[in-house]
Amino acid sequence: MEGTDRVFERLVRDHQHRIYALGLALTGNRHDAEDVAQDTFVRAYRALATYPPERIRELKQKAWLHRIAVNVVRNRVRGVRPRLVELNGSEPDHGSGPEENVMRRAEIDELAARVACLPPRYREAVVLRHVQELSYAEMADALGQPVGTVKANVHRGLKLLRGDNNGNGDGDA
Amino acid sequence: MATVTVMLDLKRLGDVRAPAGFAERVLANVGMADSYAVFETVLGRVYVAWNRLGVSAAMRSKSAAEFEDWFRNEIGRQLIRVDPPADLAAKIEDQLEGRRRLRFDLRGLTPFSQAVLHKTLEISRGQVRPYGWIAREIGHPAAVRAVGTALANNPIPYFIPCHRVIRSDGVIGNYGGGGPEAKRQILSLEGVQLTRLQKLARSGLRYEGVKSTRIFCFPTCYHGRQVREENFVYFRDEAEARAAGYRPCKDCRPAVA
Repeated sequence: MEGTDRVFERLVRDHQHRIYALGLALTGNRHDAEDVAQDTFVRAYRALATYPPERIRELKQKAWLHRIAVNVVRNRVRGVRPRLVELNGSEPDHGSGPEENVMRRAEIDELAARVACLPPRYREAVVLRHVQELSYAEMADALGQPVGTVKANVHRGLKLLRGDNNGNGDGDA
Repeated sequence: MATVTVMLDLKRLGDVRAPAGFAERVLANVGMADSYAVFETVLGRVYVAWNRLGVSAAMRSKSAAEFEDWFRNEIGRQLIRVDPPADLAAKIEDQLEGRRRLRFDLRGLTPFSQAVLHKTLEISRGQVRPYGWIAREIGHPAAVRAVGTALANNPIPYFIPCHRVIRSDGVIGNYGGGGPEAKRQILSLEGVQLTRLQKLARSGLRYEGVKSTRIFCFPTCYHGRQVREENFVYFRDEAEARAAGYRPCKDCRPAVA
């Protein structure tokens, strides 16, 4: 088990920012982002403990963690709308890093909140594609959907984000 | 808004960094790292570490750095200083006052050491037992010295009351939690009559018998608390007690019944 612990620690150090960003984009606020990201890693840890060594070695960590995170979000927000825009910067004890100045942080939070207002299937697709920059194959795996569906959802999601709500036409702006 | 702008914005969302301490909180959540804080207790300032399995270490270290060094060397897990949960200070106070039993994380210790420490938890406040008693009770009657070693390396002194184990000749013995003087001080605080205990031990008397019940006990057993001095009879060893028609107490178990 010593080995698993070391693998896991590396996994956390390597992916913590990516998974936290994913949580923020999917939930729209930093409080839930922390919860989702923590929960994702805890589940990953429990799963790793049951995997044989060769499976751990061959694991595609990035796609695997994204799949867990997406499921965490799906399970926790089932039937619950994400919280809307936070009162500006009033999140407790999530001190911003020195590189994140207040203006930028507020912009990011507003953007995250806007993304979080998308219907779940578009939100997941847009976030995995354009925030996390996964390939369509990785996305299909993480979301458990066919590539064609994923592509269509990314497209419609972007359209909604642009504020272009009318119709299903495929014409680009 | 143009698609390109939206996509650029989204990309920035992906550059967000996890807040400080995020990775450490993950490790704490899965039990790979422990949290710690310093508490003011009846024993003074005590550094206490814990995780989801229970309290994992306690030390009267001089500084946070000293405690962290000791913890990494002895326990080998990572350690994160946190604000203690609101109820923990009260729980610790209750534990030290004997009103509560916390859970402990003894992973990493040998099964033998764990057995010694679990047995030590059974010794009530105000009582003491010899090292040999622990050895016999955990089924290794010959391993008296090993019991001493396991207790000397107790990572959670005070909480797991290794100070309640003393030598059968009445010598207080060494103490990892601050030397013999600290051990004496804590035992007095708990109401052990050390002077009486040591006087008996110096005369070679290890057990007290109660004339009316014909039961013999360790001198700190609570069954002897209400007995007047003239009703006691003292014995050097088990054979002497049994020869006098006394049987061992079933609570403090000075000998196998």
